[in-house]
Amino acid sequence: MTPSFQQPDSRGYFGRFGGAFIPEMLHRNVAELQGRYLEITQETAFCAEFDSLLRDYVGRPTPLFYARRLSEQVGSQIWLKREDLCHTGAHKINNTIGQVLLAERLGRRRIIAETGAGQHGVATATVCALKGLECIVYMGEKDIARQAPNVARMRMLGARVVPATSGSRTLKDATNEAIRDWINHPEDTHYIIGSVVGPHPYPDMVARFQSIISLETRHQLLAATGQELPTHVVACVGGGSNAAGAYYHFLEEPSVAIVAVEAAGLGVASGQTAATTQLGRPGILHGSMSLLMQTDDGQVVEPHSISAGLDYPGIGPMHAHLFESGRGTFVSATDEEALAAAFSLARLEGIIPALETAHAFAVLPRLGLTTADTVVVCLSGRGDKDLAAYMQAMDNDMLTPNPSLP
Amino acid sequence: MSRLQTLFARKPSQVLNVYCTAGFPGRDDTLSVMQSLQAHGADIIELGIPYSDPLADGPVIQQSNAVALHNGMSIPLMFEQLQHLRPAIRLPVILMGYLNPVLQFGFERFCAAAAQAGVDGLILPDLPEYEFEHHYGPVIRGQGLDFSFLVTPETTEARIRQLDQLSSGFLYAVSSSSTTGGEKDMQPVAAYLERLRSYRLRNPVLVGFGIKDRSGFVSACQQADGAIIGSAYIKSLEAGPDIASATRRFLESILT
Repeated sequence: MTPSFQQPDSRGYFGRFGGAFIPEMLHRNVAELQGRYLEITQETAFCAEFDSLLRDYVGRPTPLFYARRLSEQVGSQIWLKREDLCHTGAHKINNTIGQVLLAERLGRRRIIAETGAGQHGVATATVCALKGLECIVYMGEKDIARQAPNVARMRMLGARVVPATSGSRTLKDATNEAIRDWINHPEDTHYIIGSVVGPHPYPDMVARFQSIISLETRHQLLAATGQELPTHVVACVGGGSNAAGAYYHFLEEPSVAIVAVEAAGLGVASGQTAATTQLGRPGILHGSMSLLMQTDDGQVVEPHSISAGLDYPGIGPMHAHLFESGRGTFVSATDEEALAAAFSLARLEGIIPALETAHAFAVLPRLGLTTADTVVVCLSGRGDKDLAAYMQAMDNDMLTPNPSLP
Repeated sequence: MSRLQTLFARKPSQVLNVYCTAGFPGRDDTLSVMQSLQAHGADIIELGIPYSDPLADGPVIQQSNAVALHNGMSIPLMFEQLQHLRPAIRLPVILMGYLNPVLQFGFERFCAAAAQAGVDGLILPDLPEYEFEHHYGPVIRGQGLDFSFLVTPETTEARIRQLDQLSSGFLYAVSSSSTTGGEKDMQPVAAYLERLRSYRLRNPVLVGFGIKDRSGFVSACQQADGAIIGSAYIKSLEAGPDIASATRRFLESILT
């Protein structure tokens, strides 16, 4: 396999990032995945079941929608890849469908997952219900409090939601607890990681499952415009799974600008942020070498973002490589900018985005776009789960009646 | 001969390795804890380097790591405290930690400082054998440090033999696939340790994870060369009343 922006080398390295830094207790399971994920996911029967579930259950292909009013506002041509219209409300289910089919073929009946905003937890609980598998979701105590509707959805779907009470009580700690669970249940359990993080082969495997986003985008853009390639692809990045999927089939096309939007929280320099590439240094978290927000002593820093899904001190190794190689342009949006962008999109296009997704929209005015540009924004999730934050913003009179649009 | 080799030559069975966390319970307690362990019968001291995200550890050791970090513990401070490790401590001393803080300190600098302080070996559970062979192993060996890999009941014979070849000092047998301090049935463990014994490995085997009392220690020592105790000792330190009496009481309960 030739290393590329898309795919890692045989040891799971994207440039100098990736690998599998795991304790021996996880070796058998991770080695089994490394040895079998490509073979299994390329089987004809696997592909047929994956494709049919994506079509008939998830509702793919998701539309590529021309956002007319937003385009006028920004002065460019903006297309929205509507992952918010996937069953369960976000792109996360593309990956959980793939991994649950893999788990079945590996004979695993017990599924564990971590979740931040709850979208990955809901997507995992959903596929476990569909397949009749036991499901345990680890979620930071702080996130359980701020994402109550998703917690209720997971429970209704039959999952057990276990609070992670250590550290910052957010996504990082939920991931720690899920990994510990896997260490303690090596025989019967598959761990469905929700992002392009973790030890090899997870970053590559999750990116492949999510790559359907950019595959569809290419076809749809060609059909709609006669041009297969946009000038820009823009996506928010926490761990980076929607971004990996949205970029995937454009990464080897040098004419396509890859734009990654991180969560700046209260500001990159505020100490309350999750802008990993701006502040991180190479380090190891959750089994891979990547960029990591950490102290000089190598202790992992507790990040901050208003959006639980971006509240993570690391970033997938593929993205760390895109950043370091200069292939990707990394920018960030603050909590406030994301909130404003969410209201703006709601009123311009009638679409309430997830807070995570709103970060991608917040930077559009800053990209120097022109009417000659064709921009694809990955609309990774819908905003129902964030209504509490949006209601609070309205109470604070943030944007009424005529919002300051981007 | 290294200190570990000397120890195992002198004491081929019932070797007791006790884990403690640097900077716990108090920031400046590191050496007094080690001295108490030496005074009351430990054979090896495994000194844990506190980390914010200790993946292979259960709640007790996680908490001791969090307390130590809160106390202001760091790798530079630890090496400062270890300046007077020798000759005060005669026992073999192993540093156990996670790779990230070590990388940030500088891997070569870390190994040099450890050797300089008189540390005998390292355990880095998230350093896999591929990276060890290709990058880090030569640095560790170059400083004359031993390195112990972990094996579990799930590890294949071929891999156990490979990890045994790469290890020196001792091989760390995780008693069951679990994080530290778990409650596990010791019955299947006996069969696994018997299997390890039948391989006639080149390193002595110490059993760890889930050993908390005399009966666990004795049963581990029936098939292995000794045992490692961590969480149970950390709990005793938490219970107090002070380091010396907590350590004496704990080691008496294990050894007699």
